[in-house]
Amino acid sequence: MLVAAVAVVGVAAVFASGGPDRTASVDDRVHEVGAGLRCPVCLNLSVADSPSALAGEMRAEIETQLRSGRSPEQVRAFFVDRYGEWILLAPTRRGLNLLPWAIPIVGLLVGASLWIGFVRRRMPRDEVAASTSERARIERDLANLQEPG
Amino acid sequence: MTADVDEIDGPDRDDDRAGPGRSRSRWRLVALVLTPIVLFAVVLASGLGRDPRALPSELIGHPAPTFSLPRLDAGGTLDLGDLEGQVVVVNFWASWCLPCREEHEALEAAWGRYRERGVVILGVSFEDTEEGALAFRDELGGDWPLAADPDSRTAIAYGVFGVPETFVIAPDGSISAKTTGAVTYEWLTREIESALRDGNVD
Repeated sequence: MLVAAVAVVGVAAVFASGGPDRTASVDDRVHEVGAGLRCPVCLNLSVADSPSALAGEMRAEIETQLRSGRSPEQVRAFFVDRYGEWILLAPTRRGLNLLPWAIPIVGLLVGASLWIGFVRRRMPRDEVAASTSERARIERDLANLQEPG
Repeated sequence: MTADVDEIDGPDRDDDRAGPGRSRSRWRLVALVLTPIVLFAVVLASGLGRDPRALPSELIGHPAPTFSLPRLDAGGTLDLGDLEGQVVVVNFWASWCLPCREEHEALEAAWGRYRERGVVILGVSFEDTEEGALAFRDELGGDWPLAADPDSRTAIAYGVFGVPETFVIAPDGSISAKTTGAVTYEWLTREIESALRDGNVD
């Protein structure tokens, strides 16, 4: 149950990324697009956060495109077409890129099933097995005792 | 009697005793623990060995983004559309960039060798001042056309990460090659020749 719940939450988190808010101001939308793009100069900052000149010009480019009526997805695609998926701070969730999301869920399921299997094999049957093997040994020892005599 | 003995030593029954069953399950445990670690190490090793800046251009084989830029070394504009059918080398560069000094000689040699054959080298200034760019030209020489790139719009259109980056545009208007970092004469001749060949075949 718990495992299933965790899996469901994980999958939901993967797909329920918030869509762009159409009513937000242009500045907010520029920031939203820029926050998802990697600054080509500084690598580990987003275009929205980077103080580099190129990032500033990319923000201007984003604003120009948004003002001309292009959707945030189209603007992102514009940058991906030129810089590759590398430019996205969060890679698109399809194909091989789903692996990082899938591995923890798969790991949880595999771990849980292993654990359940282990517990099932150990707990109740072990006592029976121990008692039968013990009984068998006692019987054999008794037989050995009786044989010489 | 024999039946009893079989039961005692039966496979996997008696986990407390050393035997083939126990060592097998131990190996299974070792494999279970080691497999993810090894996989993780392989992923890490292959990832860490990569140069985060050595990126293939997404634009290879795609139409070169057009531009019309104010010329720096002379008046007027530089329009890629005017160069249709020619091999064009677009070199993004800046006066503050050290590898750009390194590659200057290679560009000059290629320009000298191929300009007669209709190959055009264009220097596009990146994040630079007009004075800086012109001082660089005065200092190092060369007479291929230079253009400014206001707001880096052309650099962004070409997916430029930094300078220097050099693109070769084939006669059909598609980008046929790209290199990051100081361009070499060998690279330029190889890519220009290949672009010229493709142009002749068409």
